[in-house]
Amino acid sequence: MTKSIFRRVHVALLIGTLALAACSQGGFGNGDSAAGVAGAAGAGAGGIGDPTSPVYFNEVVGDRVLFAVDQSTLSPEAQNTLASQAQWLLANPEFTALIEGHADEQGTREYNLALGARRAAAVREYLVSRGVPDARLRTISYGKERPLQICSDEACYSQNRRAVTVLSAGLAS
Amino acid sequence: MLTRRNFIRSTSLLVASTALPGFAFAQNGPLRLEITEGVIEPLPFALPSFIAENAGATDAAADISRVIAADLRGTGLFRQIPPDAYISQITSFGAQVNYADWQAINAQALITGAVEQRADGQLVVRFRLFDVFSQAPLGEGLQFVGSADSWRRMAHNVADQVYSRITGESGYFDTRVAFIAEEGPKNARLKRLAIMDYDGANVQFLTDSRSLVLAPRFSPSGGQILYTSYESGFPQVYLMDVATVQRRPLEAIPGGNMTFSPRFSPSGQTVVFSLEESGNTDIYSLDLATGTRVRLTQTPSIETAPSFSPDGDQIVFESDRSGGQQIYIMPANGGDPRRISAGTGRYGTPVWSPRGDYIAFTKQENGRFHIGVMRTDGSEERLLTSSFLDEGPTWAPNGRVIMFTRETPGDDGAPAVYSVDISGRNLQRVATPGMASDPAWSPLQS
Repeated sequence: MTKSIFRRVHVALLIGTLALAACSQGGFGNGDSAAGVAGAAGAGAGGIGDPTSPVYFNEVVGDRVLFAVDQSTLSPEAQNTLASQAQWLLANPEFTALIEGHADEQGTREYNLALGARRAAAVREYLVSRGVPDARLRTISYGKERPLQICSDEACYSQNRRAVTVLSAGLAS
Repeated sequence: MLTRRNFIRSTSLLVASTALPGFAFAQNGPLRLEITEGVIEPLPFALPSFIAENAGATDAAADISRVIAADLRGTGLFRQIPPDAYISQITSFGAQVNYADWQAINAQALITGAVEQRADGQLVVRFRLFDVFSQAPLGEGLQFVGSADSWRRMAHNVADQVYSRITGESGYFDTRVAFIAEEGPKNARLKRLAIMDYDGANVQFLTDSRSLVLAPRFSPSGGQILYTSYESGFPQVYLMDVATVQRRPLEAIPGGNMTFSPRFSPSGQTVVFSLEESGNTDIYSLDLATGTRVRLTQTPSIETAPSFSPDGDQIVFESDRSGGQQIYIMPANGGDPRRISAGTGRYGTPVWSPRGDYIAFTKQENGRFHIGVMRTDGSEERLLTSSFLDEGPTWAPNGRVIMFTRETPGDDGAPAVYSVDISGRNLQRVATPGMASDPAWSPLQS
């Protein structure tokens, strides 16, 4: 519950900051993601206060969407997050993205690989439908191989059924 | 490396055609154990430590005897009578067997043997099997010759012979198991491709832990392994030669499409696998000689886990085209599939028995996982196991035993390899050096 409230706050915050970003295109850092964490509290280039930074993308836009059991359909909440991701990607064309699809552990290994691919593809299709060039996006499935949370309860499973948009700097090939 | 030949003795080593009216197992003829009948009482056997014919063979004789006994006990079909109960001692390999002494301790089968180390270092292992209550040898004496470091294989060869003569089925001890060795916490698992003897001995790692690897499968000869690796950055099927540990992608797939879930055809000439494109997974076959790839399924649903029938004519696979995972069979070149799984729950990872009679599968229902078997028309479904997470069956080459992955729940949940026979008895954890998953059972090596 708290999680989804945070999401809404992030989205609201995003609308303001995106407008800001649009006026100041190019004025922020080049988005070296690892360096950005240190500046997370402030407004320094590459930090969370920098709307062009990967940290901003990960933390404010939201780098992941969650799925129901055995599903790859995008919930309204997921669609909101992805719409924001698309806007960010359009505003920051120097980034490409690898979309990782994941499953929880309640399934066979092979099926979960295929399910993770379905989820990653659903995200990719949505981003493309929002104008992100397909060439900037790639997908990969990890099936159930990379759980984020490790308990064997729905509290963890719901966080593991995810698709994560991982940015990398550099032009699409 | 390992040679085998019959050795002829002056006494006849033929199976007795008739037997004396005897005890329990041997009532109606020679010693025989029907595996399919659901054996309740394991068959008692005596195995005096093999005689060391010379000093150099002392350790090998003891080790080989121990491994033979462990093989037989491990089936759940045989029970070893402790050596301190023996009345007779076997002091020479050629000596006459005093059946009365073995009958007195209710040994149904008596296994005797001798080990010699030759001047060139080679080991020679001889054995004989006796049907104690029929008072006759069961089959001919055999001799195996091999290098000193192949003593385990020679022991497994003897045990395979004993198993085969008593059950009428071929054995499964001289086999290997490819598997995934795992280490590290659940959210940062490191995985390596590994291979070991079926009983957990002689573990060898075939890849390092830099790349995630999944689900190995043996070629029909046992000389090659197909597996899925993230080595290139995305999941792709690789082919490895076991002897040289050389590996290569099975096929150069463009565009980052994921390939996984490979399996050889019985001839070894074709590989079937899943290929994902734009989120949709279908089954393809690749002719290894020509490099021709053929798409076998064309649906928007997930089709994976293909496995050939032993005659190579059909493929069993799983699909969620009906809404949930179910098992289907189609012709080997594609075409209309028929659904065979009919129960409630989800059915995945079907594997056709090497005998052709059953299909093993993973079933998921009400939060539990099961390994089960069903006939190829879906009838006679039988669940063999039940746990938080059982999956991925692989058949022993004789089609009588199944290995699979069992994973425990929770933060410290860990996978291990288990075996169970197709009647659901004799569930055992297979010895591995640490966490292990995705076993693949090799064919018999000899």
